[in-house]
Amino acid sequence: MKRYSLTQAFHYLLKRDLTLSFRNRAEFANPLLFFILVITLFPLAIGAEPVLLSRIAPGIIWVAALLAAMLSLDSIFRSDFDDGSLEQLLLSAHPMPVLVLAKVTAHWFVTGLPLLLVSPVLAVMLGMPSEAQGTLLLTILIGTPILSLIGSIGVALTVGLPKGGIILSLLILPLYVPVLIFASSAIEGAAGGLDVSAQLYMLLSFLFLAVSLSPLATAAALKISMN
Amino acid sequence: MFLWFHKFASPPHFYRIAGKWIPWLTALLLLLLVTGLYGGLVLAPPDYQQGDSYRIIFIHVPAAWMSLFIYVAMAFCGIVVIVWRMKLAEVVLICSAPIGASFTFLALATGSIWGKPMWGTWWVWDARLTSELILLFLYLGVIGLHNAIEDKRIAARAVAILAIVGVINVPIIHYSVEWWNSLHQGPTVTKFDKPSIHWSMLIPLLLMALAFQVYYVLALFQSCRGELLKRERNSKWVAELNGGDDV
Amino acid sequence: MSEFFAMGGYAAFVWSSYGLAAIVLWLNWYLPRRTHQQVLSQLKRRHSKQSNLDRNK
Repeated sequence: MKRYSLTQAFHYLLKRDLTLSFRNRAEFANPLLFFILVITLFPLAIGAEPVLLSRIAPGIIWVAALLAAMLSLDSIFRSDFDDGSLEQLLLSAHPMPVLVLAKVTAHWFVTGLPLLLVSPVLAVMLGMPSEAQGTLLLTILIGTPILSLIGSIGVALTVGLPKGGIILSLLILPLYVPVLIFASSAIEGAAGGLDVSAQLYMLLSFLFLAVSLSPLATAAALKISMN
Repeated sequence: MFLWFHKFASPPHFYRIAGKWIPWLTALLLLLLVTGLYGGLVLAPPDYQQGDSYRIIFIHVPAAWMSLFIYVAMAFCGIVVIVWRMKLAEVVLICSAPIGASFTFLALATGSIWGKPMWGTWWVWDARLTSELILLFLYLGVIGLHNAIEDKRIAARAVAILAIVGVINVPIIHYSVEWWNSLHQGPTVTKFDKPSIHWSMLIPLLLMALAFQVYYVLALFQSCRGELLKRERNSKWVAELNGGDDV
Repeated sequence: MSEFFAMGGYAAFVWSSYGLAAIVLWLNWYLPRRTHQQVLSQLKRRHSKQSNLDRNK
């Protein structure tokens, strides 16, 4: 029987998850539509005054990104948990953190990456100055993987619970706060023409921290949830 | 404090020893409270700028210190739970959470009450209060997750991971919020940012901090004994407590 | 004495803070203690029921 190396296992799992996600368009579309919808609600709620909107645009976009991430997190492990493949993954000879990283990467491709395409359009609608567009994309590129990674810890802790989704937000949103602070501040700074490399470096360091540590926590949490 | 865990790791042993310590701890607590309160409310002079309203500090600051200390203690217990699966550590972890949450709530509430005479509003998004608010959510998350999982031994391990992840995040969140705050607001005048505080105010503050520490241990012992009984109700040592030989 | 209670005009703020602290601390002491005593009495009832059953065997 052919044995798979760790790299092969990673790629296989990544491809599998992506294929499964593409077959189910809703997994793709729902978080994206939610993101757009939430952002649309704000002008309706606070009035369409351009100055006001452009002032709060970075914050709105990022809060909406956070909420959309929360909504989509359940899909990382849910279907595998339901049909037993999660258990199989845990039993495999490969280190679980690496397998977790593959699944989270797939999740990010499906939920975080599309935000990259849609957010510039929304930013324009909210009157965000064009100087900030580049920074917006950078923060989404760096920030959304962090959301997926940290979020996966929360999902792993609650995947076995019948109504885990409700408590998930309580668990994860406090941990998202630093990303929110630095991402929205970076965009705001860029809109004002300031140098925002400090914020971007902070986000990068969060990303590195999350990539290296969160799979360990997620794997440990999965083992506990699957008891 | 660390050796303490190893010595009293066995539930029946802890149950007995904790029971013996409770009256002494209560006495110590009352002593510290009386001296701290007398020093803070009576002996310490009114503040030059804030008059007598600053006296809230003798509750607010020790409560905030305790809220952080207890979370770190929970994370430490979490490590013990994950690595050694010590039952007592599980119980200490979960019993500490409501106490820590209460202190966090107290720090927030007294901070808010103090804010009214000091800044004129009931709430400001100042760095420390905002961090405390997020810390409160972290505590509630621990309590909520523990409640949501039925098997309490599994729940303890899940909550242990959450506490460890949380404690790593606490300094990150704190730093981020402070950074955010410096951006959006002018420097908020918080009374004890200055390094020097007069000893007539410092001593009652430290006494109250010590009193809250003793209180934590006392409340923890109280809570852990009950929790241990609940979890171990079918074990032999609990049966022997009642002088019986039922199982 | 009344000066002490007046707290330089800030009485409402200071005493509500201390009162809140007293309530919170008391609750965290009282509620676990009550649970403990409830569990103890439950166990005692179970024990006496059991020993009654044993005696009647």
